[in-house]
Amino acid sequence: MVTGAMTSLKLLSIHQLHISAAAVHSTSTSTSRGKQALRKSSWSDKEVPLPIPLPLAAGAQLKLTRLVSFPRHQIQRFWNWSNWSASASVSDLIMAEEELEKKLDAGGLVKDLRECFNTGKTKSLEWRVAQLKSIAKMLDDKEKDIMAALYQDLSKPQHESFISEISLTKASCKLALKELKRWIMPEKVKTPMTTMPSSAEIVSEPLGVVLVISTWNYPFLLSLDPVIGAIAAGNAVVLKPSEIAPATSSLLAKLLEEYLDSAAIRVIEGAVAETSALLEQKWDKIFYTGSGRVGRIVMTAAAKHLTPVILELGGKNPAVVDSDVNLQVTARRIIAGKWGCNSGQACISPDYLITTKAFAPKLIDALRSELEGFFGGDPMESNDMSHIVNLHHFTRLSKLMDEDKVYDKIIVGGQRNENQLKIAPTIFLDVPEDSLIMEEEIFGPLLPILTVKNLEDAFAVINSRAKPLTAYLFTNNKELKKDFVNKISSGGIVINDTILHVTVSTLPFGGVGESGMGSYHGKFSFDAFSHKKAVLYRSFKGESSMRYPPYTPEKLRLLKALIGGNIFSIILALIGRSKD
Amino acid sequence: MSSKSVKLPIIAFPSTAELVPEPVGLVLVISSWNFPFGLSLEPLIGAIAAGNVVVIKPSELAPASAAVLAETIPSYLDNKAIKVIQGGPSVCQQLLQLKWDKIFFTGSAEVGRTVMAAAAKHLTPVIMELGGKCPAIVDSLSSSWDRQMAMKRIIGGKFGTCAGQACIGIDYILTEKKFAPILVEQIKVLMKNIFGENPVEAKSMARIVNKHHFLRLKQLLDDPLVKSSIVVGGSLDENHLFIEPTVLVDPPLNAPIMKEEIFGPLLPIITLDIIEESIDFIKDRPKPLTIYAFTKNRRLRQRLISETSSGSVTFNDTIVQYAADTMPFGGVGESGFGRYHGKFSFDAFTHEKAIANRNFLTDFWFRLPPWSDYKLQLFKSVYRFDYLSLLLITLGLKKSWS
Repeated sequence: MVTGAMTSLKLLSIHQLHISAAAVHSTSTSTSRGKQALRKSSWSDKEVPLPIPLPLAAGAQLKLTRLVSFPRHQIQRFWNWSNWSASASVSDLIMAEEELEKKLDAGGLVKDLRECFNTGKTKSLEWRVAQLKSIAKMLDDKEKDIMAALYQDLSKPQHESFISEISLTKASCKLALKELKRWIMPEKVKTPMTTMPSSAEIVSEPLGVVLVISTWNYPFLLSLDPVIGAIAAGNAVVLKPSEIAPATSSLLAKLLEEYLDSAAIRVIEGAVAETSALLEQKWDKIFYTGSGRVGRIVMTAAAKHLTPVILELGGKNPAVVDSDVNLQVTARRIIAGKWGCNSGQACISPDYLITTKAFAPKLIDALRSELEGFFGGDPMESNDMSHIVNLHHFTRLSKLMDEDKVYDKIIVGGQRNENQLKIAPTIFLDVPEDSLIMEEEIFGPLLPILTVKNLEDAFAVINSRAKPLTAYLFTNNKELKKDFVNKISSGGIVINDTILHVTVSTLPFGGVGESGMGSYHGKFSFDAFSHKKAVLYRSFKGESSMRYPPYTPEKLRLLKALIGGNIFSIILALIGRSKD
Repeated sequence: MSSKSVKLPIIAFPSTAELVPEPVGLVLVISSWNFPFGLSLEPLIGAIAAGNVVVIKPSELAPASAAVLAETIPSYLDNKAIKVIQGGPSVCQQLLQLKWDKIFFTGSAEVGRTVMAAAAKHLTPVIMELGGKCPAIVDSLSSSWDRQMAMKRIIGGKFGTCAGQACIGIDYILTEKKFAPILVEQIKVLMKNIFGENPVEAKSMARIVNKHHFLRLKQLLDDPLVKSSIVVGGSLDENHLFIEPTVLVDPPLNAPIMKEEIFGPLLPIITLDIIEESIDFIKDRPKPLTIYAFTKNRRLRQRLISETSSGSVTFNDTIVQYAADTMPFGGVGESGFGRYHGKFSFDAFTHEKAIANRNFLTDFWFRLPPWSDYKLQLFKSVYRFDYLSLLLITLGLKKSWS
């Protein structure tokens, strides 16, 4: 008991040391006195001076430096967790601390997974298929639990949960199950004349132990989709779901342990501390979905171990709207992509619109009337929209709305409710290009519309900014479509619709420049977590000494002819004559 | 360069989708000193083919080559789009502060880490072509023709490629105890044929690039246990920066010569009881750029491919895989990531943009709020590509979903 307390004490900083030392002191006397001592101290973060005999502290040989930094609120959670005034127990405290200590042993975790990987278990087709089948079953069995967790985290309407998270994950899983046998086949390749006679193939092999760090807006999909790819490719995986969606995070931890092989697939919950601890380890690949700021941190950490990374980031996705479109369908699709998608909190939501000055009023009217059709007269009363994920983001979005030069540009919506973390669909017209709302990715239900004289001017607006994840164009003009595709660089482009390209498993999904690097979905997921090993088979026959020293001019002539591939010069060189 | 059309499921009709390759933009190529022309020009070719603007930073450790590149490239290529910048580490540092759209680095893992960390600040994707200890497994070959062929290729692959200073050069040999003496004898005979009595005069072998590396290699041989394992060669000529092709048998496994990449004309032969032990030997070490195996044993080949991991595997030959441009050239783990050669070079400097083209005719009206169970059912059948159910539900003939 006391030694247990000693080990856990190593992890606490000095002021908590006082309190715990009192706990240690009291266990050696009597539990009730311990409870008394604990009750006397206050649960704030101030130092609590308890009468601790110095020899005890010295005898305990405690490390007073912080080995791992714990965010305050986590400690607070453990203090508050058991009702101290009623049934305080020192063993609860020690158990909680040891639990924390166990979770953060990132080095041990990676070592265990590597050992598991080295046994070859995850490479076998049977294992991969079994895991994928388990995931499919899990999605069927626990559909209600998943939707409940998503509702708890984001107030995500059930239907949205199903459409955007569960069905996409299921589709990804089913595709992998269907195609896996074909994907793992080595690919035979041609060999050039220079290596004749030979045969060659490209063999896909797993990278090893991979880390998937996911985000909070589609917490289920963006955790499981990469994990499915990693498993299909035969790797051992650690998933770190986002702590900003805690219900989904703990559900994932529970379900993956129940349904999958925890010797090779683990979920680590936590926040900055845990993520930092994980990033210090050597992984064979890191897959990160999130912001550019943290993406840089991830890549810098990966650089220490030369770990390749895939970064799925975001950007300001522009949507250009031409005047020759079917207005109703266009408006509907924009709304579906913006407010139908987690209230605009999606990396693929259209961030802002660009249209001509002449067309803008018509577009705004169409949007207004379709919005009413979807969410009713008062969108704040509608249950069909997600909420903003937390107060931090609500405040951030409010700041964007309240900026002086932007506030008077609101033409639709603008209502918000801090208690419910709800913001109504809000449209702005012609905000200045240097306003805050046009600076960073909005990631919320605010839609600025910029107007230009001619639609071609839109290109300059888009190209003056960082490359987005997706660019949208609504038009029937073939020339404009071609121009757009040629001149706009982005992760992907969708013409005449929004967001649907993520459902196409034959299209790679990923960014370029600031919106990320690498891609996945469908077979691209399998490739993302595979190493394509080149294998060349040569025979002992068919040898020529011209490769080796002693080097002579004749050998050089023959070599030049052979590499040039010109059969005539080869013959010439062989018989001893040639141009040079 | 042409776009690739992509298949879509029937439900998406009449949409189309395609992949359009586009240049990433501004590319930085940092090359190495051992093959200064090849390793500068090969990535340059790929970057140009993909339509990018390129800056090459050749290695300052091969100054004559760097100077020739700097002089010739402007007179043959578009000076506005392709530039050569010479210089050492400080120039490199300055270049790395800037924002590139892709960085292609060939060199050591140590510098690779610095390059990647600098790239991380700008979220620049990188390709790392690094090195490693490339082993050559030599099975007990029975036919003397095969043995001769294998040894020629090994000698050529070790000493004939920039005196062993090559990322895909053989680093060490793994063979069975009983075969090792035969191997050594064969090497002695062939060595004289290939390199002659005096390699310096015959100009049949490259020299060590500079004093720093010469001393590094000399130090590898200083350890008495290592020195005593030399069976061929071993002489060093500091004036000419020349090291004689040297073969060692069973130096201690914890000596630096067996721990770090040799990158020089020293060839340790490690003996094993049975050749299959080579697989575990390789697995216990960082993943190399290439594994070579001279064997006719099918089972060994199969095991090697499936149980070890490396950038590539070549059977019964050395180095030639570099010339096979249908095969990707690159490492894994400590030996790097990313690949090039042939079309892979084009792909390395290309961003494949996904384009999805829809029209206004068809719509999934049930993907829009307000949500209802009916819409949910339709959606479920779409996602299962269950067109029959979709039809039945629309016609009102199927109510509940099991």
